[in-house]
Amino acid sequence: MSTKASRSAAKVMISPAVLLLLGWMLVPLCLTLYFSFLRYNLLQIGDTPFAGWENYYWFITDPSFKAAIKNTLVLVGGVLAITTVGGLFAAILLDRPMFGTGIIRIMVIAPFFVMPTVSALVWKNMFMNPVNGIFGRVATSLGFQPVDFFGQIPMASIIMIVSWTWLPFATLILLTALQSLDQEQLEAAEMDGAGWWNRFWFIMLPHLARAITVVILIQTIFLLSIFAEILVTTNGGPGTATTNLTYLIYVSSLLQFDVGMGSAGGVIAIILANIVAIFLMRMIGRNLDA
Amino acid sequence: MARAVSRRTRLTNTAVAGALGFLMFFPILWILVLAFKTEEDAIRAPLEVLFGSGWTMESFTTVQERSDYFKHFSNSVVISLGSTLLGLLVAVPAAWSMAFVPSKHTRNVLMWMLSTKMLPPVGVLVPIYLIFRDLDLLDSRFGLTVVLMLINLPIIIWMLYTYFREIPGEILEAARMDGATLREEILYVLTPMAIPGIASTVLLNIILAWNEAFWTINLTASNAAPLTQFITSYSSPEGLFYAKLSAASVMAIAPILIMGWFSQKQLVRGLTFGAVK
Repeated sequence: MSTKASRSAAKVMISPAVLLLLGWMLVPLCLTLYFSFLRYNLLQIGDTPFAGWENYYWFITDPSFKAAIKNTLVLVGGVLAITTVGGLFAAILLDRPMFGTGIIRIMVIAPFFVMPTVSALVWKNMFMNPVNGIFGRVATSLGFQPVDFFGQIPMASIIMIVSWTWLPFATLILLTALQSLDQEQLEAAEMDGAGWWNRFWFIMLPHLARAITVVILIQTIFLLSIFAEILVTTNGGPGTATTNLTYLIYVSSLLQFDVGMGSAGGVIAIILANIVAIFLMRMIGRNLDA
Repeated sequence: MARAVSRRTRLTNTAVAGALGFLMFFPILWILVLAFKTEEDAIRAPLEVLFGSGWTMESFTTVQERSDYFKHFSNSVVISLGSTLLGLLVAVPAAWSMAFVPSKHTRNVLMWMLSTKMLPPVGVLVPIYLIFRDLDLLDSRFGLTVVLMLINLPIIIWMLYTYFREIPGEILEAARMDGATLREEILYVLTPMAIPGIASTVLLNIILAWNEAFWTINLTASNAAPLTQFITSYSSPEGLFYAKLSAASVMAIAPILIMGWFSQKQLVRGLTFGAVK
């Protein structure tokens, strides 16, 4: 039972948060939309005439846009595949009885707490460098030609680095979900003669379906915005081999100072992210009613 | 009931999981080793690095002397703590009112707040950059603190909301029956019960703010650069730098690793907006 007084107090208490978020969302959003229709480059002094759909046209027809979309999909898809499947196995493994559970878990989860610039640079130099990196050293000592990771397989290298960060996230969430699984159900199934695969396929996987969906959706939101890992390893190269949509927009807005073009790209990125967001919001909203 | 598990199974599990843990943790372990080596030793073969060379603190002092490391470290501290406290100031009242005085709009407000988090940062990079340029906020700790507060605000509110909702409303009613005013209610009844939830929220938010690497890189250059931005200066190296990169990295991730250890559970709740508990 809330009184009238507490209800008006509640309104006062919530308004700063609402106003701040409203401003944070609306002001830049409207500006992005507005800029995207202007011919506006910071390097050119003078007025910024209305340009219609010009920016969108040039942004979309640029060959690097096609490359960026493809790279974004490969990057997001690759990391999702590795982290979801890997996370599932890691979670099932970590849920089993063992010695030193706490310490082993923290070792698996630790990479998630490493800041992106550190993880990218450490992998790039200490592991993937063909001369001094550990992978190169091992390959050489076994008599193989060391792989030039960022020259030969740049996208796969970035996928690997990003997966190292996000595998712990998937593992942690799936492990949490797995722990709420009724052990008696598993035991009953086992007594009825269900093998490991059947227990996994018919009991564990359905129980985890929701958590897996959440992992995929949340990671997608974050993975669409991968930026630092690309910036410090390849700068989007070689060529446009590792330029994703986020990086492409960064290049046109802050390196080429093309405000109009960068904004048009921004609008496209927002639309793409929203498609994913709608699904995620539905999942979370359903949970709110429960 | 947990099944009785044979020692043998337990040992096998430990070995397999331990191997996975070692693989995942190895890069962190490795920079911890390299940080205590000289540059010449740090690029030798792995086994020689481990067993054939001495240990030194040299890299830590060099990093500090050459690049004023602690300026960036303290930037990280100020920005992540500042944005968290600022966020709390706004979020606690909002979450409190939604949890205890829900209206028919509460659900929509919550969902809308969440939707602001779905906005890709790069979509608003241009306007934010220009606004910052015009207000002279580029490369300032204040500007970055505000931005990080805003991007994490939805997470803080959501997390607090899910914690507050677990506090039974009957307790508040009982307090009101006993004649407690709104102020007393908040101060003596609610606050003690809310402290654990607030603490986990703070922890998670500091972690997120500390590691944020889009706005910190794009809105700072040198003066206000936190560690995420500072570390990028190692991406175009001159000469030998493995040991220095390791030393700088170890110091940059150590505080967060320790905090992360304490906040594993809350991390799940915070990052999935309560969808997985």
